[in-house]
Amino acid sequence: MEFKIPHDIDMTQQASWCPGCGHGIICHAIAQAAEELGVSDRIVTVDDVACGQFAQYALKYNSIMGAHGRVVATAAGVKRARPDALVISHPGDGSAYSIGIESTLYCALRNENILTIVVNNSVFGMTGGQMSPTSLVGMKTATSPFGRDPKKNGTPVDITKLLAGTEMAYLARCAVNTPANVEKTKNAIKKALTKQMNGEGFCLVEVLSPCPTNWGMTPEQACEYVKTTQSVAFPLGEYIDREGEAK
Amino acid sequence: MAKVKLDTSRCKGCFLCVKVCPKGVFVPSKELGEKGFEMVCMDESKECVGCGSCFKMCPDYCIEIEE
Repeated sequence: MEFKIPHDIDMTQQASWCPGCGHGIICHAIAQAAEELGVSDRIVTVDDVACGQFAQYALKYNSIMGAHGRVVATAAGVKRARPDALVISHPGDGSAYSIGIESTLYCALRNENILTIVVNNSVFGMTGGQMSPTSLVGMKTATSPFGRDPKKNGTPVDITKLLAGTEMAYLARCAVNTPANVEKTKNAIKKALTKQMNGEGFCLVEVLSPCPTNWGMTPEQACEYVKTTQSVAFPLGEYIDREGEAK
Repeated sequence: MAKVKLDTSRCKGCFLCVKVCPKGVFVPSKELGEKGFEMVCMDESKECVGCGSCFKMCPDYCIEIEE
C-alpha cells in the first residue's frame, strides 16, 4: 500500500511545534479525512490562539484566527455566513474548557452545525505548561508543582459528562499516541464531517495529545503516559452518535 | 518490499517512527540536522513491510511509503 502526504498539507513551510507534539499528527488526520471525503476545497478552519495556531502553517485551508477561547463561537458565525463551507474549529483544552467553556457549551446547546476538534494535552502548552481544566489529579504542572489537588483546584473537566445532556450530533474522544488510535481519530473526523454535510448538528471530537515538552518527558514516554494515565482518566470512545437525525 | 522516502530536512528528532516501526527500519542517526535536532536515519539491512505506522505517527510529515 502507498502512503502519500495529503495535498492539503503545506510542505512549503513547517509549523514550529516541539518534537513529538500531537498537533502535527492531528493536522495530518484532518487532511487525510478531508482528502478521502473529497471536500478539501470546502473546508474553512478557525484556529485558536495557542499552539493550535500553527495549524495554519501545516494546512493549506482557508483559516481564521479567533480570539482565545472564542473559536467555537467564531466558527458558528462562519458557518451561518457561509453555509456551504465545512467549518472546523480547532481549540486546545485550555481554550475550549476554561475561558471558552461558554462558547463550547452554548454551541452544543444551539446544536450549531460545525465540527470542533479539541486538542487535549492536559496543560496550557504555549504559555509554559500551566495547569489547565483537564490536568489530571496529582499531575505536576508549572502552577501545581506538588500535583493537582482536587480540594484546592477542583476536579478535571470531563467534556463527555458536561455535554451528555445536550442534543448535539456527535461526541467522541480519540488519541494520537499509537498508529491505531491515529486511524480511529481520522475516522472520527471523517464521520463528523459527513454529519456536518448532512446538517445533523454540533460535532465535537476531543483528541488526547502528547505534550512532551511541558510534561517533561521524551516523546515516547509521553505517548506511554497518554495510554497508561490520560486515557484512563478520560476513556476513549464515541459518547453521542445521533445517526441520521437531521435537525 | 516497500520503499520508504525519508525527508530528513523536516525531521525534529522525536523518534516516534523508531518507536512504532515493527521492523526496526528507523534508527537515530547521532547526527544533527539543519534545525539542530538529532535526525533519524534508515537501517538499510532491515526490510520495510509498508504498514504505514511511521507515516501516520510522524508529526512533521517526513515519511512517505511507495510500493
